[in-house]
Amino acid sequence: MREPTDLPWEARITSRVQETRDIFSVKLELVDPGIRETYRSYPGQYNMLYLFGVGEVPISIVSDPDDAGPLEHTIRAVGRVTHGLERLRVGDTLGLRGPYGRGWPLQAAQGRNVVVISGGLGCAPVVSMIRYMLRRRDDYGQITILQGVKHSNDLIWRRQYQEWEKIRDVQVLLASDQGGPQWPFSVGNVTVLMEKAIIPPEDTVAVLCGPEPMMKAAIPRLLERDVDPFHIWLSIERNMQCGIGHCGHCQVGPHFICQDGPVFRYPDIADWIDREGF
Amino acid sequence: MDEHSVFLPRAEATRLLQALKGAGFDRILGPVAREGTLLFQPVKRWEELPMGIRDVQQPGSYRLQQQEGSRCFAWANGAQALKPLTFTPREIIWRAQRSVEGHLSFESAQESPEPTAVVGVRACDLAALDLQERHFMHGRFPDPWFRKRREALFLVGVSCSHPADTCFCASTGDGPAITRGHDLGMAELDEGYLLWAGTQAGRTLLERLDLDEATASQRRAVEKETHQATVTQSRTLPGRHLKQGLYERLQAGHWADVGERCLSCGNCTAVCPTCFCHMEMDEPALNGGTSEHLRQWSSCFNAEHSFMGHFVVRSDTRLRYRQWLTHKLGSWHEQYGRSGCVGCGRCITWCPVGIDITAEAHALLQEAPDA
Ligand SMILES: Cc1cc2nc3c(=O)[nH]c(=O)nc-3n(C[C@H](O)[C@H](O)[C@H](O)COP(=O)(O)OP(=O)(O)OC[C@H]3O[C@@H](n4cnc5c(N)ncnc54)[C@H](O)[C@@H]3O)c2cc1C
Ligand code: SF4
Ligand code: SF4
Ligand code: FES
Repeated sequence: MREPTDLPWEARITSRVQETRDIFSVKLELVDPGIRETYRSYPGQYNMLYLFGVGEVPISIVSDPDDAGPLEHTIRAVGRVTHGLERLRVGDTLGLRGPYGRGWPLQAAQGRNVVVISGGLGCAPVVSMIRYMLRRRDDYGQITILQGVKHSNDLIWRRQYQEWEKIRDVQVLLASDQGGPQWPFSVGNVTVLMEKAIIPPEDTVAVLCGPEPMMKAAIPRLLERDVDPFHIWLSIERNMQCGIGHCGHCQVGPHFICQDGPVFRYPDIADWIDREGF
Repeated sequence: MDEHSVFLPRAEATRLLQALKGAGFDRILGPVAREGTLLFQPVKRWEELPMGIRDVQQPGSYRLQQQEGSRCFAWANGAQALKPLTFTPREIIWRAQRSVEGHLSFESAQESPEPTAVVGVRACDLAALDLQERHFMHGRFPDPWFRKRREALFLVGVSCSHPADTCFCASTGDGPAITRGHDLGMAELDEGYLLWAGTQAGRTLLERLDLDEATASQRRAVEKETHQATVTQSRTLPGRHLKQGLYERLQAGHWADVGERCLSCGNCTAVCPTCFCHMEMDEPALNGGTSEHLRQWSSCFNAEHSFMGHFVVRSDTRLRYRQWLTHKLGSWHEQYGRSGCVGCGRCITWCPVGIDITAEAHALLQEAPDA
């Protein structure tokens, strides 16, 4: 496979869904068949998406890597590049290079119970892991999925959560800081869900993704429930310019988030994320 | 300097430049006094080098003085090391084309760099280049733009005889003598130059020059000057491995003290020969059909560096200075196996308010570790 170092490839949007007012999902097909066939990602990795004339942004891969189909990304429009990407329609093209980074600990999680805790759009990178595990249901024990959002309108993939819930030994708990008339789930932040969550103390792997304050609030509760800190994994976000360990922007202490992460074992990153300014 | 050093008389020094040209280096750069400092510029004759020039460097100040004498390297360093030659301040890395039908294609903007010889490279500059090679060339994604430029270079190092007040390469172990990273090493005496090879390319060049061996007394004279250049350095870092000491003092009060003085201007990172941070951006052409993707030096002293949309990770100068120092003297050890500081002193000289990395490091390590 060609090392994805320097140049983006052309990718075409094959489908597009507006999930909420500012969140949309796109499916992308690499135009060059040779690259399409050799491209392989791993849950938790990301691509650099390039909007012509504007720039590149890191975006997590949502699709299951074993899906032969197009690559899926879910994006919140927040600034220059993401607002421009939002305006693209089916048939439009963009640049894509990747996949980059180290993803979720699928090996470490095999044969164990898995707790997935995500907040806001933090759910995007864990979705590919959930899909991966559910396709190989027998390889994993109890799967507990906790997802928090700020406002009930921000919840995406509502149907998918409801489908997942029906699967054997899968618990899905949803919370919103602000509820609403259409909100049958919990009100409060994601950590309130932990009281109801099934978290077997033995052999449990926890994966977390979302705003750092949310993750930092959830971790002590996992530790209280006797989850081994070595089995806690976090996905970290920092400003990224290059994705390949050169530009220096994504550093957290000695770590380059773009290459050493974005997923880290909690003890490896704990000292740094607990401190302001790293 | 080694036992095979040869001697190039001062009157014949231009022969070195001619030999470099003969070896295929169409572009030969040497230090030239310009813009109030010494910059690497194209040179053809030895007389263009800064003869009799001395530099006076102090925290926040740099001056050149013209003195008597024929020495061309009786000064320490200018504002730039080799960094701009291999890691360009601003460059196009690729171009995107969009066809009328909306197809995108991408092409690398790599040009073939001219074979370039640089005369008068300092030991600290060579050590810094080695660090930049570790970063750009020896990681998982070797940088093609950096590598091509690096491979086009032939480096003639010169041992320092006159370090500046701001130099502390002896303390970091990176100078003042040329010992590694050079194709050719050089030491200056009043009567001329001792030359020695560091690579096969350097040996071939020396053979072309066909010079006499240096005498024992010339070698002793160089040794004496090198010793003198080592002992005159008054600045030091408090040890070569400061990672632990700094990591244990992330809450030290002194960070706020230096944060008060620092202007967050980023001059230190621009002149630092090891800093590698850069940002990327696009410049679309007016015709709408092409866009150039550029990279440009940036600095951890800018808010942009840690911008996360809804917040900035390092929102104040205290946190940015702490990032710079703990990276430079601390986490570089974990990333590249050594400190990121080669003791060139440039960040001290070119800081508008004269913040001194050695003084700050000493002050920090004098504080008690965090509770
Ligand atoms: C590993 C990783 C995975 C990500 N996955 C997703 C995802 O699946 N979906 C999604 O919507 N967003 C994701 N993000 C965040 C996304 O990259 C930013 O929202 C995006 O860079 C904003 O760019 P902009 O030009 O639209 O915004 P602007 O506000 O104009 O940003 C300007 C620049 O600031 C930087 N920047 C701003 N916000 C962020 C941020 N949150 N993270 C990193 N850099 C930022 C970028 O360099 C950006 O180009 C991810 C970020 C990282 C680091
Ligand atoms: S930190 Fe300062 S003294 Fe050290 S290499 Fe960089 S510019 Fe030179
Ligand atoms: S000190 Fe700052 S600017 Fe220099 S390499 Fe480190 S993070 Fe980048
Ligand atoms: S994103 Fe450039 S070094 Fe990590």
